[in-house]
Amino acid sequence: MGSLLQVLFDALSLGSLYALGALGIALIFGVMRLVNFAHGDVIAACVFALLWPSVDAVAIIFAGNLPWYLLVPFVLAFGAALSVACEALVFRRFRRANPATMMIASFALGFVIRYFLLMLFSSRPKSVSLLPALSQPVEILGARIPLLQLITIAVTMAVLFGLTAFLRRTRFGLEMRAAAENFTMARMLGVRANRVIMGAFALSGALAAAIALILGSQTGTANIMMGASVMLMAFIATVIGGMGSLAGAVLAGFLLGAVATVMQVILPPEARAFRDAFVYGAVILVLIFRPQGLLSARGTRERV
Amino acid sequence: MSLLALSNVSVRYGRLVAVRGITFSLGEGEILFITGPNGAGKSSLLRAIAGVTPPSGGRIDFADHDITGRAPEDIARFGLAMVPEGRDAFGGLTIEENLMVGTGMHSATRGWKARAATELEAVYATFPILKDRRHAQAGLLSGGQQQMLVIGRALMTNPRLVAIDEPSLGLAPNITDQVYERLTALLAMRKLTLLIVEQSSTRAMMVGGRMMLMRGGEILLDGDARALGQSEAMQAAYFGYGEP
Ligand SMILES: Nc1ncnc2c1ncn2[C@@H]1O[C@H](COP(=O)(O)OP(=O)(O)OP(=O)(O)O)[C@@H](O)[C@H]1O
Ligand SMILES: [Mg+2]
Repeated sequence: MGSLLQVLFDALSLGSLYALGALGIALIFGVMRLVNFAHGDVIAACVFALLWPSVDAVAIIFAGNLPWYLLVPFVLAFGAALSVACEALVFRRFRRANPATMMIASFALGFVIRYFLLMLFSSRPKSVSLLPALSQPVEILGARIPLLQLITIAVTMAVLFGLTAFLRRTRFGLEMRAAAENFTMARMLGVRANRVIMGAFALSGALAAAIALILGSQTGTANIMMGASVMLMAFIATVIGGMGSLAGAVLAGFLLGAVATVMQVILPPEARAFRDAFVYGAVILVLIFRPQGLLSARGTRERV
Repeated sequence: MSLLALSNVSVRYGRLVAVRGITFSLGEGEILFITGPNGAGKSSLLRAIAGVTPPSGGRIDFADHDITGRAPEDIARFGLAMVPEGRDAFGGLTIEENLMVGTGMHSATRGWKARAATELEAVYATFPILKDRRHAQAGLLSGGQQQMLVIGRALMTNPRLVAIDEPSLGLAPNITDQVYERLTALLAMRKLTLLIVEQSSTRAMMVGGRMMLMRGGEILLDGDARALGQSEAMQAAYFGYGEP
């Protein structure tokens, strides 16, 4: 019972990370048809925003020492601002370019962010103790669940509810949904293209920051590659969710988290090192049978 | 002073010239039909006016603004409501959400919410079927219902000019009759300027108003719809007889 519960919480918290990552990608894909490969590097940048630039192994904590009620808004705002800056400085120039060009631009931008971090902080992973109180375990029905896992799951649920309410109940949310379906038509109804796109980037950046906080607290390290592994799974989740479908991205994120966790448990120990290969195998199977994704979006047709 | 004025407007797609230096103006309260065969450049002309495909030459003035090359959202905010070819309802949004999308452009003016609510009731009064299904997804509507939805959605923005690209496209004749019946009823109720694109001149002759015939990116004829519709010149121009 206890270990089953443990697996469930592992699956949910890993799935939460993937879902948050997939959501950040799907939001931007929805309004711009941009597959944003810089998203993982925005996550890394958010972790490093807590540190002073230095190439030493011991991190000099800067904002990381703030109490959590200041730390969290600071990181979220940083992620949103960085993401909006990416849009204003880079992606805006590529609005009318074809999706492949935009994708390559996002790769390039990701490298720029990564090497900028490399320059300031060196490639050595740094240990950071972010919100150390969260690593204490909590006893639930005989299982010892890390508090951080519970918070990760709770935060993800709150984000999902909040985002749904935002998209369904607010004027800006309505405009974003309309723009995601048919951007040109939305503009002909007076919806301001720049505002919608900036809004999507801000939300996506804040989601990246949330992942950064969770990863930073979980691993206790800051590493310029730390966004990459989550992002790979998150990209896969957006694809099997049906590009641009937000619900699909979230669902597929949790599904991938569950598959990865369950494989970790059921695979024979000598095969566990190859867990990800099994996960990708499952993904290929899904795509063979449902190439349009689990919940395919209506909006994948071309926009003008 | 006219509401819409085009002078020497051209539209090109790469080397293809779809609209060749068109000039005309449309006064407040007028109804103008633009007719012409496939590929005449009618939709290209409308898209240029709406700012979706910026003109490659010439100048467009609308509601006392030079809108040449302006963004579609700015032009919409000056009072142009465009109903494009193929309707383009937001299929995943509910009918009511579809109707509300365009009302946000007035959110800077006071009392816009109350006005949007009144407007919504007016649209529902014109198209009762939309009210019955207000919380259904727009993608589930039939073609005729979608056409009513997108016309209603255009009216919700409180426009000065409504431009509709082929309202009869893909509709059974009796459904087209219904759509036009509502449109003419609307005209009787409020001050609107209408620009309607149709392939054939039949509707123009039934509704009346002004008619232009477009072919090969140019305007060949311009006059009273009923008089033009019956003329020999119209037939000749439409099918291109007697040209060098
Ligand atoms: N996006 C585009 N890219 C390239 N060429 C285009 C594009 N849209 C239209 N054209 C070309 O421009 C010309 C005019 O097309 P347009 O759609 O404006 O005609 P239309 O009068 O609306 O025709 P229809 O009655 O069939 O709707 C055609 O030759 C068409 O092939
Ligand atoms: Mg057309």
